[in-house]
Amino acid sequence: MVSPGALRVVRCGGSALCGARAVFSADSYLLCASGDFVKVYSVSTEETLRLMGGHADLVTGIQLNPHNHMQLYSSSLDGTIKLWDFMDGIPIKTFMVGSKLLALYTPASAEDSVFVVIPKKGERDTFQLVSVKLTKGAGQDLEAKELSVVLDGVGSSMKHIAFGREGEYVVSVKEVNLQVYFFKRKLLNRFSLSTMKTKGGDNHFSCVMCHPTEDCIATGHADGKIRLWRNFHHRKEYTYSTLHWHHDIVMDLAFSMEGTRLLSGGVESVLVQWHNESSCQKDFLPRLGSPIESIAMSSDGTLCCTLHTDNRITIINSNLRFSRSIQGLIKSRDVKTGLVVDPRTKALVLNGEPGHLQFYCLQSDQQLFSLDIVQRQYIHQAGLKQSDLVKVAFSAQGTWLATVEESEEVTDPELQLKLWFYNEETQSFKLNTRINTPHDNHITDMCFRDMDELEDDSLILVTTGRDCVFKVWVMVEDTDPEAQQSVSWSCDFVGSYHNYQATNCCFSEDGSLLAVSFEETVTVWDSVTWDLKCTFCHPPGNIRNICFGRLTCSKYLIGATDYGFLCCWNLLTCALEWSAHLNVVVLQPDPLSEHIAAVSWLSKESSLFVFKPNEPRPIYIQRNLCKEKILLAAFVPRDEPEIIRSEKYLWLRRSQLFFLTDTQELMTLSTKSLEERLTPSSKQLAVEESLPVTPFSLLLGKHRRQKAQEDIDLGKLVVHNKHEQASPAVKELLHTPAHVLPSASFLCTIFINSLLISKENKSAEEVADEVEMESEKTEDNSDEDDITEMEQEDTSHMELLGEMTCKLSKSQEKELRKIRKTDYSWISAF
Amino acid sequence: MAQYKPVVVQACPKLGERITQDTLYWRGYKTPVQIKEFGAVTKIDFSPVPPYNYAVTASSRIHIYGRYSQEPIKTFSRFRDAAYCATYRDDGRLLAAGSEDGSIRLFDVSGRAPLRQFDGHTKPVHLVGFLSDKYRIFSGGDDYSSNLWDIPSATEIISYSEHSDYVRCGCASKVNADVFITGSYDHTVKLFDARTKSSVMTIEHGHPVESVLLFPSGGLLVSAGGRYVKVWDVLKGGQLLVSLKNHHKTVTCLCLNSSGQRLLSGSLDRHVKIYSTTSYKVVHSFNYATSILSLALSPEDETIVVGMTNGVLNVKHRKPEERNETSQKKRQPAYRTYVKGRTYMPKQEDFCVSKPVKRVLRKYDKLLRSFQSSKALDAVLEPPIMLHTPEVTVAVMQELHRRGTLRSALAGRDEKQVNLLLTFVARRVIEPRFTPVLVTVADMITDIYQPVVGQSAIVDKQFLKLQEAIGKEIDYQEELLEVLGMMDTLFATFTKKTEMCLEENESNGLTETVQTDRNY
Repeated sequence: MVSPGALRVVRCGGSALCGARAVFSADSYLLCASGDFVKVYSVSTEETLRLMGGHADLVTGIQLNPHNHMQLYSSSLDGTIKLWDFMDGIPIKTFMVGSKLLALYTPASAEDSVFVVIPKKGERDTFQLVSVKLTKGAGQDLEAKELSVVLDGVGSSMKHIAFGREGEYVVSVKEVNLQVYFFKRKLLNRFSLSTMKTKGGDNHFSCVMCHPTEDCIATGHADGKIRLWRNFHHRKEYTYSTLHWHHDIVMDLAFSMEGTRLLSGGVESVLVQWHNESSCQKDFLPRLGSPIESIAMSSDGTLCCTLHTDNRITIINSNLRFSRSIQGLIKSRDVKTGLVVDPRTKALVLNGEPGHLQFYCLQSDQQLFSLDIVQRQYIHQAGLKQSDLVKVAFSAQGTWLATVEESEEVTDPELQLKLWFYNEETQSFKLNTRINTPHDNHITDMCFRDMDELEDDSLILVTTGRDCVFKVWVMVEDTDPEAQQSVSWSCDFVGSYHNYQATNCCFSEDGSLLAVSFEETVTVWDSVTWDLKCTFCHPPGNIRNICFGRLTCSKYLIGATDYGFLCCWNLLTCALEWSAHLNVVVLQPDPLSEHIAAVSWLSKESSLFVFKPNEPRPIYIQRNLCKEKILLAAFVPRDEPEIIRSEKYLWLRRSQLFFLTDTQELMTLSTKSLEERLTPSSKQLAVEESLPVTPFSLLLGKHRRQKAQEDIDLGKLVVHNKHEQASPAVKELLHTPAHVLPSASFLCTIFINSLLISKENKSAEEVADEVEMESEKTEDNSDEDDITEMEQEDTSHMELLGEMTCKLSKSQEKELRKIRKTDYSWISAF
Repeated sequence: MAQYKPVVVQACPKLGERITQDTLYWRGYKTPVQIKEFGAVTKIDFSPVPPYNYAVTASSRIHIYGRYSQEPIKTFSRFRDAAYCATYRDDGRLLAAGSEDGSIRLFDVSGRAPLRQFDGHTKPVHLVGFLSDKYRIFSGGDDYSSNLWDIPSATEIISYSEHSDYVRCGCASKVNADVFITGSYDHTVKLFDARTKSSVMTIEHGHPVESVLLFPSGGLLVSAGGRYVKVWDVLKGGQLLVSLKNHHKTVTCLCLNSSGQRLLSGSLDRHVKIYSTTSYKVVHSFNYATSILSLALSPEDETIVVGMTNGVLNVKHRKPEERNETSQKKRQPAYRTYVKGRTYMPKQEDFCVSKPVKRVLRKYDKLLRSFQSSKALDAVLEPPIMLHTPEVTVAVMQELHRRGTLRSALAGRDEKQVNLLLTFVARRVIEPRFTPVLVTVADMITDIYQPVVGQSAIVDKQFLKLQEAIGKEIDYQEELLEVLGMMDTLFATFTKKTEMCLEENESNGLTETVQTDRNY
C-alpha cells in the first residue's frame, strides 16, 4: 500500500475558514470554504458532515446554484469552477476558466453564467469582473472560455463587489471609488469620495452590499462609517446617509432578507444591527471573541453567521442571540506557550483566544474547551499592552497545570504564575494558587518533575527566569483544618549560577536530576538536596534547548546551542559523547521511546532529524520538510501503536509528531497515503447515512458478526456460546412481525435475560446440546410439524421457554399448552 | 459568547495572627474589671452552683464576689495571718481554707464564724480541698505532710508524709472519692488513695510543682512547675503524654474550661495561654499587666478571673451574644417566599424553562463595562470603598491603566477630588502590594496637575505629604538594604564553610567536571 520512503507531511487542523463568506443551504447546512476544501457543517449539531476536496488551490468563493439549491458552485485560485452536489459531496462538473479566480457571484438573473473576478492580463494588481458562460456539455470536465468583461478595475476581494436587486446592477468599490453598472441600460455610473482624510477619517471603501428589494447600496469604510447610497441612477443627484458606530474598519455588511435590518461587524468583535436607516436605532451583540471577518445570512432570515479571524464560525439567531459556535484550531498570532500535550485528554494545548488556553482535539479536529487563564476583560484596541499566556506545563498525570502570563511591556512585565488543579467533579481546572511576580524578569522556561509513580507531594515545579535565577516551587499542605483548600504552592529553593540568565530547565526521567541552562553553561542539580552536581558547556554559543535521554538512553543529556551545535553529554563520565554541527531550532524527545526529534533551519528550509542519544547517526532524516520555519514540535502519544511496515519509520509507532510553523500551520507526518487517510472517514459517513447508529443496530451487528464467527469455531469457547445462546432470542424478537408479538412487558425480561452472561459454567455436553438445538430451531421455522422434539428441548432447558414464546405461531401455541400440562416437579430440584 | 469579566481584585493574605474560631471565641470578652485586693491573690475558686459566686483568697481575707459585683458580697476575715486556698465544696455550701498558722477552717457560706477548725499541721497550709464524697477534706502543708480530715468529727484520718518539700498544690478526683493528688516543691506529684497507707503513684515533674489538675475523666493529669506544663496519662501508670513549654517564666496556675476542650495556664510572665486539649497547641493567649498567681474560669466560660501578685483581681465578662430575634422573625416569611418552588422536582412530562441567572455587577464594573473610565474611578474613590477596601480602588486603577484610559480618568478633576486622590495615594503608596500601581498613578497626577500647583493650598499640602511619605519610604528601604548587606556577609561566612565540606566529599566529581570542560 505504501512504498517505503513515502513519509508525507500532512496539514492538520484545517485552514483558515475565512477565505470566503459562508453560505447557508436551504436545509440547515452551513457551507464554508476552508483552504483547498469546502466544509459542510450541520447547523443544529455543529458537526462537520463533509469535507469536499478537489480544488488544487485555495477556494476563494462558494455560492449556491440559484437554479438548484442542492448544488453549490465553488471557485478557486487554481482556475476552476466546480459544481458540487453537497448533499452527497460529489463533484458534478468542473469548468476550467484558465486564470486565477478571486471571487465568485451567482446572481439568479444570469441564466447560465456566473461572475468571477480575475486578474487582468498583462497588468499587475488590476482585476476585472467577468461573466463566465457555463457550457452545458456532457462530460465532467468542461472548458469555459467564453468570458466577457463586465467591469474593469475592481477590487480583488469578494467583499468589494455586490449584485443589486434582482441582478439589475452590479456595484464595485475600490479605494475611494464606487462604480455601478446597470446591465439593461448598459450604463456605468462612477462616484467617488474625497481622498482627503477629513477629520482624521479614512474614506476608503472596505466592503459593499446591496439592498435586496430596494435600490440602495450600503458601503463600509475604513474609518468605521457606513454609507447608504440612494438614487444612484443619476450621476449628479445621488444621495447618501451615514451611520457611524464602529471605531475602526467595517469588515463586512449584510442585509436581512427583507432589507429591514442591516448587520455590520468589524474588529471590535461586536455585531451591530441597524434597524432603520434613518434613525440611529441599533442593537449590539458584543464580545463575540475575535474580530468579525464576514457575515452571512440564511435565505429564510432566521439565522446569521459570522466568520471570525480566529477560525471560528458563530451562528446567531434572528433576534441577535448567540446560538452556537463552530470552533476549529484557533490560530493566534503568536504561539508563545509551545505545543503541549495534555496527558489526560491527549489534546494539544496552546494559546487560543487572547488570554485563553485552547485544548484542541487532534482526532476530531475540534476544540475540546478553552480555559480562561488571564480572567480579564479583553479589549481590542491598537496600542494596548495586553497580557497573555507565555508558558504552560502539565504534571505527568495532568492533575496540575501551571501557567505563566505576562503583559507585553518590556521593562516591567506584570508576571503571574498560576497553578491549576484538575477537579474531577467539574471536569475542569480550578485555580489553586496565584503567585504575583514569581520572577523579577521574564520567565524563560518551566517544567514539572515528571514522575508517574510517585505520589503528589513529590511534585516539584521549576521556573527559570531572565533575572538569573531558577526557582523551585513545592506544594505545602495547609495545617489549618478550617482553610478552604488543603494545599498551596510556595517557593522552596532559589538557585543561580554566576549571575547568568537561566534559559532552560529539564528534569531527568527519574526526577533525580535537574538540568538548568545558564546562557552558555548547562548545570546539573540534585533534585533532593539542590546541590550543583556538575556543569557542561560547549563554547561558543548559548544553550538553546536541553533535554535528557529517556529509557535506555537516560544517561545522556542533549543540548543544542545557537551557534549551530548539537551536543550529547554522558552524565556518568561527565564527558562529551558526541557533537554534530546542526542549527537546531526545535529539540523534542518522544515521551514513549528513546527517540529525539531535532528540527533544523538551514538555508530557508526545515529539516527533520530523528536520532537516539546513544548513537550519533540519525535514524531518520527528512530534508526540506517544509518551506516555512518550524517553530514548535510535539510528540503526541497514539491511542494504540500503529502498524508500520518500514523499519525506517518505527519511531512513529508509539507517537505522532506535530509541528507548528511560523505561519501558524499545524502539520504532522503520516506514513499513510492520501487516499487511505481520506477514505475511512468518508466510508464511515456513508454508513452513518444509510443506517442511523442505535444501540439496537449495534447489538444486531454484533450478533451477526458473532454468528459468522460461530461458523468457523463452533462452540469452542464457552463465553461465545453464551452469547450465541442469546442470539436466537434477539433474532426472533427482531424478525417477528410486531402484530404477532406478545406484549412488550412480557418480552422485556426475556430480552434482558438474553443479554446477561449466565454465571454457572455449563458442561460441554450441554453446550453441544444447545448448539444442536439452535440449528433445529432454525429448521423449525420451515417445518412446523416437529413438535415432539421441541417439547423435549423445552423441558430440558427452562430458559428456552421464553425464547420459544417469541414466535407464537399456531404450532407453538399448541406446544405451549402441552408444556403447561407437563410435569414441573423438576423445578423443585433447583 | 463571552460575558463581561469583572475586575479581578487581588486578595492579599492578611499578615500576622490568623483569625480562627478560637481567637473569635476568646476575644468575646468585655473590657476587664479591676478590683484591688489587700495582697497578692493566691487563689480564686468558683462556686459550682448558681449564681456562681467566687471566693478570692488574698492576704488574710477571703472575699466572696457575686457575678457582676465589684464589691465583695461577703468577707471571711477571721484569720490572724495569711489565708490560703479557699475552696468551695461541690454543693457550694461549704468553704474550706488553710492558713499561715497551720490550721484549716471550714466555713458555712451563709455564716460568718468557722464551723470547724482542723489543727494538725505545724506549718502553713497552702492546700485544702474536698474529696468528692463531700465528707472529707485533704490538705497539704509546708511541713511536707498531706493529711486527710473527717469533717463531722473534725479529726485527722490519716497523714501522709512522703513529700520531701512543701506541698503547695493538689486536687481531688471527681470520679473516685478516695483519690487525691498533691504536688510539691520536691518536683514530684503524688497520687494518694485514702484507703491505703502510702501513695499509689509518684510522678516526677522535674521542677517545683506549682499547680496540678485532673481532667474530669480522671485519666489525664496536668502538672505545672517551672516553665513547663506537662500532661500525664494516669491510667498508663503516669506516662508523660506531652510537655508544653510556652511560658518563659514559672507557670503558677492551671484551669480547664467548662467543656474540657481547652486548658488555660497562667504564669509569672504575665500571660495566660489557652491550649487545645486535642492537639496541645496554643490557640490563644491573653496578656496581663503583672505576674499572674491564680486563674479561674466560671461555668460556661462566662467570666475569667485572674489574680495577680500586686493584689489586683482582673475580671472579664463575656459579651452577650448578639441575638436580633426580631429581625429574624421579620425575615422568615420572606425567606419562605424566596425558596418557594425551589424544592419542586420536575415531573417527567414537565417542560423546563430555565430562567437566566442575573449577574450582579459592582457599580465600578458596570461603568467599566460601558467604558466610562472617569465615572468608574469616581465610584471607587467613594469613602467606604477607599477606606475599607483599598485593594478594590487599586484594582480598578490598574484595570484603567491596562486599558490605557487612566490618564484621562485622572484628568479634569476639581480641588476636592484631587485632594481625595492624593490623600489616598500618599497613604497607600508605601504599601508593597499597591506600590507598582500607585507609583504610576502618582506620576500621572503630578504630570497632569503640575500646571495648577500653587493655586490651591489644600492640594499643595497633599503634594508635600506625598513627597514626605515617599522620602520616608526611601530612607526606610535604604536602612533595610544596609541590614540585608550585613546579613549577606553573615550568610556568606556560613555558606563558605559548608561548601568546603562539600568539596571534600565530592572532590572527585568536581575535578572531573573541570577536566571535561577543558577537553573542548
